[in-house]
Amino acid sequence: MTRLTGGLIDREKPLDFTFDGRSYSGYAGDTLAAALMANGVDLIGRSFKYHRPRGVLSAGSEEPNALVTLRDGARAEPNTRATVAELYAGLTARSQNHVGSLERDLLAVNDLLSPLFAAGFYYKTFMWPRTFWEKLYEPAIRRAAGLGALSMEPDPDAYDKGFLHCDLLVIGAGAAGLMAALTAGRAGAKVILADEDMRPGGRLLAESDLLNDAPAHEWVRAVRAELASFPNVRFMPRTTVFGVYDHGIYGAVERVADHLPTPGDGVRQTFWRITAKRAVLAAGAIERHIPFADNDRPGILLAGAMRAYANRWATLPGRAGAPVAVFTNGDDGHRTARDLVAKGVPVLGVVDTREDAQAFGDYEVFRGATVTGTRGRRGLRAIQITRGATATWHDVGALGVAGGWNPNVHLASHHRGRPVWKADLLAFVPGADGPKGLFPAGAVAGRGGTASALADGVRAATTALADIGMTAPKVALPEASDVPHAQAAFWHVPGKRRAWVDFQNDVTVKDIALAHTENMRSVEHLKRWTTLGMATDQGKTSNIAALAVMAEQTGQTIPGTGTTIFRPPYTGVSLSVLGGGDTGKHFRPTRLTPTHDWAAAQGATFVEVGPWMRAQMFPRAGEGHWRETVDREVTAVRSAVGICDVTTLGKIDVQGADAAEFLNRVYANMMATLKVGRVRYGLMLREDGHLYDDGTCARLGEDHFVVTTTTANAGAVYRNMEFARQCLWPDLDVQLISTTDAWAQIAVAGPKSRALLERIVDDTDLSNEAFPFMACAALTICGGLRARLFRISFSGELAYELAVPARYGHALMERLAERGADLGVTPYGTEALGVLRIEKGHATGAEITGQTTASMLGLGRMVSAKKDALGAVMSRREGLAAEAWRLVGLKPVGGDGPILAGSHLFTEGAVRTLDTDQGWVTSACYSPNLGRHIALGYLEHGDTRMGERIVAANPLEGQEMAVEVVSPDFVDPEGVRLRD
Amino acid sequence: MLIPHPLLGARDAQEFTYLGDASLMDRPDPNGPEAEAAFCDYVFLRDNPAGVHRELWFHEQGDRSWLVVTRDTVTHEILGAELARDVKRGAQT
Repeated sequence: MTRLTGGLIDREKPLDFTFDGRSYSGYAGDTLAAALMANGVDLIGRSFKYHRPRGVLSAGSEEPNALVTLRDGARAEPNTRATVAELYAGLTARSQNHVGSLERDLLAVNDLLSPLFAAGFYYKTFMWPRTFWEKLYEPAIRRAAGLGALSMEPDPDAYDKGFLHCDLLVIGAGAAGLMAALTAGRAGAKVILADEDMRPGGRLLAESDLLNDAPAHEWVRAVRAELASFPNVRFMPRTTVFGVYDHGIYGAVERVADHLPTPGDGVRQTFWRITAKRAVLAAGAIERHIPFADNDRPGILLAGAMRAYANRWATLPGRAGAPVAVFTNGDDGHRTARDLVAKGVPVLGVVDTREDAQAFGDYEVFRGATVTGTRGRRGLRAIQITRGATATWHDVGALGVAGGWNPNVHLASHHRGRPVWKADLLAFVPGADGPKGLFPAGAVAGRGGTASALADGVRAATTALADIGMTAPKVALPEASDVPHAQAAFWHVPGKRRAWVDFQNDVTVKDIALAHTENMRSVEHLKRWTTLGMATDQGKTSNIAALAVMAEQTGQTIPGTGTTIFRPPYTGVSLSVLGGGDTGKHFRPTRLTPTHDWAAAQGATFVEVGPWMRAQMFPRAGEGHWRETVDREVTAVRSAVGICDVTTLGKIDVQGADAAEFLNRVYANMMATLKVGRVRYGLMLREDGHLYDDGTCARLGEDHFVVTTTTANAGAVYRNMEFARQCLWPDLDVQLISTTDAWAQIAVAGPKSRALLERIVDDTDLSNEAFPFMACAALTICGGLRARLFRISFSGELAYELAVPARYGHALMERLAERGADLGVTPYGTEALGVLRIEKGHATGAEITGQTTASMLGLGRMVSAKKDALGAVMSRREGLAAEAWRLVGLKPVGGDGPILAGSHLFTEGAVRTLDTDQGWVTSACYSPNLGRHIALGYLEHGDTRMGERIVAANPLEGQEMAVEVVSPDFVDPEGVRLRD
Repeated sequence: MLIPHPLLGARDAQEFTYLGDASLMDRPDPNGPEAEAAFCDYVFLRDNPAGVHRELWFHEQGDRSWLVVTRDTVTHEILGAELARDVKRGAQT
């Protein structure tokens, strides 16, 4: 391993790692890219389209080339940028996008065929025949031109999400960001300082310039210590603020454990939503390159990145001892040459496009010259320098390219703010139409010199705090200076060979020219035709160069050519962390009924009903098939007594002097006339006249009702009733509260239900005379427990629902089971509940679909014509009133077998078309009481077609069955039992 | 987004359920002439302005009040929030 002197790596802590199975060693503080470079590994991957050998281009998150698959197995993470992957002990990485070895990629043949693969090639070539696209062309192309592959295994790590609030969010901990945080910290403001790097400092860590006559990292350390001493400042390293959202909300991802050998011990990443009163954007700038012939070889990198590798990580690409060159259009490239000379690196010289270039130190300057070619198949070996008509080849190991710096305007443009071109800087800076409360500072604002950036951080923080009424103290700046940064508007070296603009997507200057020739004149069209800027790096290093090339084609200025729109995220964000751990079981809360544990102890199986887990059935030993269980439970309810938890139905407590009037306006049928101590079935309509929900209304007092909703609509009905109360009729004296979770409710159903309840209730006469069908009462049970009893029936049997405070639900279930043992009491689940209600023709969600009218259920007359209510006017409109479908019962004729729910109904012999379609089957089951399969469905004019033979058909599967139209009330149609 | 609740201060929009145009508070007179046509407009027709929009939000994960929020649909700037019941009462007097 070869290292230069100095650097911010910990040479006391060597770390072993592997790349493509080979073992290497680096130091704590290295990135994978730095460690590979120090081990002489410059070839890291293959390009997307042409499979060209590629190495490191940058030293940051803008990296387009050095993408690897990090880790193994389920944790394998493709397309990870080696330039930001922090080295840890035992790191394993693999190169991507090659067939055979990385060194001898078989698909490198694509590079020889490159004349075929120009921009728009796919669109033009694979047009015909059309059906071949999906089955043949696209899969083949995707296989050939892909990057890393997913592990296809579930992510084993934990992710979290959280909310943070602050007065000032400082994005970026470079010179400007640190000063902004320091200023706000000293002012006593609540500050969050976030930076994507593993340590604060930004470019200060990459430069050799002194602060207070000492290396800059020493000043950074002191500032970091002071910030740590403030309880009001939170520094978040390894945290990328990736997006700006409305009203000062920022999205950020903190990589909590990505840098640890095993990220799975705690949370791997956290998704933060940061609400900041104000923010300072100090995200720095990204260096751009200058396209020239064959500029994509390993060993050619950005000059600023070269400086960062030398100064921060004490390493350089290229063969040991080989000279290094710099190609620049401005002063900045000379900083690299100066620093390398200081480190004792042999420098061939600086190729400067300007005739009047000044050297920063003792090295040769090739003035008015350009780099016009390179050699070296797997790594740079030589460059061609051209001045006027003279071209000479020079052996080099590495070349730094300095094309100027692009302020990191991304976040400032997330609300469609348009960056503004600064001709003196040859760069875009944030415009005035950026997100409210976001203050650009330092290099982002075009003030990237060290002294300028430091001062600008103080200015931005002071301005931002003043905006929220806080006063910042005077903060002394460290001694620093701005290095000269004159620059020429030189964008690319013209030539016949390919010159890469976008490395990751293999877009060259020629491709952009071709796009222009083919009339892709808008920058958005250019982007889509060539795929420039559309790779995982989103063109961070290529977009401006592309605009410059395009401007040259169109004869326009660069700002006249435009910019593409920036959208979040700034860098890639994993879906796992956006989910914040809300996966699998944690996707949403699971609601358990009060008798859940009791049911589980009885061996119940459970089913998801909305957010609830409900007991589906209670299988007993020896029951081999689920239907044996359901048939037994149904039979028990019809012959003895069954108990079932119905807590999940929504319950809304309605109180107030105008409660009756309010319910009268909310329910389609008359509610004001309901007597105290009685229950009424209620239909609720949407304002468009369709059926919305059904339930029961129990009047416990003159000004006190309890209404129920279906399980699915509990939340929506409550919301809608609050809408009616607050937005339509705020003058009614009525209050609502949802009590679904406050009361456990148990259905006790069957001919022996009264006998069972008489053993439970305290001193209440349950005789048919004293407590008839549709009676209700508040009473006590089990020696003083307050309860509510409703004599209502979903099963069609003599039945009650008994409610107790939720914490007693479990005990009540136990007590009912124990006291009813000799009566044959049987717990039943949702399956039996479904069979019981189908046997009675009662509607549920399968029938009340949102397109159902009251008439379709045969309940048209319930919609009162004497009063107004939600949906009443619209329910009478012609189209709805003429709806011909009616709920009917169906049973098979000529044998028995299951009727398929979803089948459509036709008259016998009719052609199966939409025109002859007469309805459909909504629910179906086996009825143990009838000893046959039955179903419910909607049939045109069904109420007048009893006894008719029709066909239930499923043309998709070629199934059909002859069925007879019968009453939907299959069991006890006279309703004797429930009134008994 | 943050919604300035008139009683509770700035609250995250995630605590709210969105309904839409505040014209839904102007339920037509069911006994008026052309009631059905008026209800058709009320139920099915909404303005969809690019700019200032008055709309209904329900503080479902909070105090369960319905708010009339005035929002610029272009900039997402929120220009005000009132309790719907106050708005309705104000309109009635």
